[in-house]
Amino acid sequence: MLTTEIAVIGGGPAGMNSSLAAAEQGAEVTLLDRNWELGGQLVKQTHKFFGSENQYAGERGIDIAKILAEKVQTNNRISVRNNSDVLGIYHDGVLTFKQGDKYKKLSSRQTIVATGAAEKFLPFINNDLPGVYGAGAVQTLMNQQGVLPGKRVLIIGGGNIGLIVAYQLLQAGVSVEAIIEALPQVGGYQVHKEKIERMGVPILTSHTIKKAYGEESVEGAIIGKINPSWEIIEGTERDLEVDVICLAVGLSPLVDLLYPLGVELTYVPNLGGFVPKRNEYLETTISGYFVAGDCSGVEEASSAMMEGKIAGLSAANGISYSKKFKEKVKESKEELKKLRAGEVAREVRAGLKEVSISK
Amino acid sequence: MNTEKINEKIENEVSKFLPSKNQRQEGSYAVCECHQEIPCNPCVTSCPTGAITQETINSTPDIDFDQCVGCRECVTACPGLACFVIDETYSETQALLHIPYEFLPLPEEGDIVQGLDRKGNEVTEVEVKRVDDRETLNGSNVVTLITPKEKVHQIRNIKLLGGKRG
Repeated sequence: MLTTEIAVIGGGPAGMNSSLAAAEQGAEVTLLDRNWELGGQLVKQTHKFFGSENQYAGERGIDIAKILAEKVQTNNRISVRNNSDVLGIYHDGVLTFKQGDKYKKLSSRQTIVATGAAEKFLPFINNDLPGVYGAGAVQTLMNQQGVLPGKRVLIIGGGNIGLIVAYQLLQAGVSVEAIIEALPQVGGYQVHKEKIERMGVPILTSHTIKKAYGEESVEGAIIGKINPSWEIIEGTERDLEVDVICLAVGLSPLVDLLYPLGVELTYVPNLGGFVPKRNEYLETTISGYFVAGDCSGVEEASSAMMEGKIAGLSAANGISYSKKFKEKVKESKEELKKLRAGEVAREVRAGLKEVSISK
Repeated sequence: MNTEKINEKIENEVSKFLPSKNQRQEGSYAVCECHQEIPCNPCVTSCPTGAITQETINSTPDIDFDQCVGCRECVTACPGLACFVIDETYSETQALLHIPYEFLPLPEEGDIVQGLDRKGNEVTEVEVKRVDDRETLNGSNVVTLITPKEKVHQIRNIKLLGGKRG
């Protein structure tokens, strides 16, 4: 059996920052990631990030992934295991994972879960036709593999992800026929919206998709305007000729590893679904198990990075790597508080109140 | 609505974010079309003269137009591509407009391109004066356009003509 002081599950912005923070404190870290390269969702984000310098604001997501991965890979206290799917965490501090075609066990003193989030799906007629994609899949194909998903796209969801994917599709030369959003206003940042609008893409609010159609794959979609009861208003239905329907209807935290462990979870719609209760150091209701990033509540990558730092510092502190712990954790907490202080984070703040526990 | 009225409306809407009439006659200045409070500050940290400030990281930027020299650092730094630089003193009838542009192919100097407004509607054809695509700009290239003076507050994007995509 393999052993480590701190196991970090997930190599996205939260997991990489957790690993770096813990290793800088002196702890020995094993970072397990399911993909062949570190970065999580950052590796598909070709746009520049918001935030401040502490979260690499102004850098593109793909470049932030490289900067962090380089730091992680050159840190001799961190051992990285790519292609490693963690399958379960057991009460005795052992976790099992599948690396390539080998099953392995890892025993750790502390564990940080930074597994991210999964895309939500949407029920509509023929949503199983080829050509219906999640936004993440569109990004993987287009930005990671260099393959265009199609020629004419309908995007469902006007949050930041829908708006950003629309922009990336336009950059790749794909026609975005429309972005539809069920709410009366788009949820994404105004500046992202304006970037799309000045490219001439219609953003239709209070609209939903009724069905997709096509023989073997998507050939079009019927959309319509909805009333406050979310029913399509008669006479507003429109036929859009598209070969791709891209769903960007939100994310839900990936807490599957935490359930069987017995970590107390609670349903908070503002944070994307079931999320773990945790204290200010991001430790869950089970001692020695920490969370960071989207798996603890869906937010921006900038917040995930700061949460990663807090979880990494705290996990290290729990096994006596406590160099300037109070000072460092305070700094990260203040930074995170600033990021969440604005109007756009109002729902996140309300959600966090429901999951915070004292210890 | 006729063009004059549209221009008047835009002038009224954007004028509260513009420098004073006198300052506008003095040369280049930046406009940050960032009116929603989001946690972001690269415009502030990139500004070499300290002209752009904000109260907190969530506040929208304030520009001190006496300090702003229209250097275009914010145009390439803004992750939201919301900063533009305007020079209304270019000629009697024309102004310069510097816009961020992250599409390929890039236009070339001297090209005539279609100027688009904030909703992607065609405004008028304009000439490309300069294309700044230095590697240090990290993909946020700056295209400088010669626009009719009265359209400089209306145009915010371009479409390449001659079959090329904008």
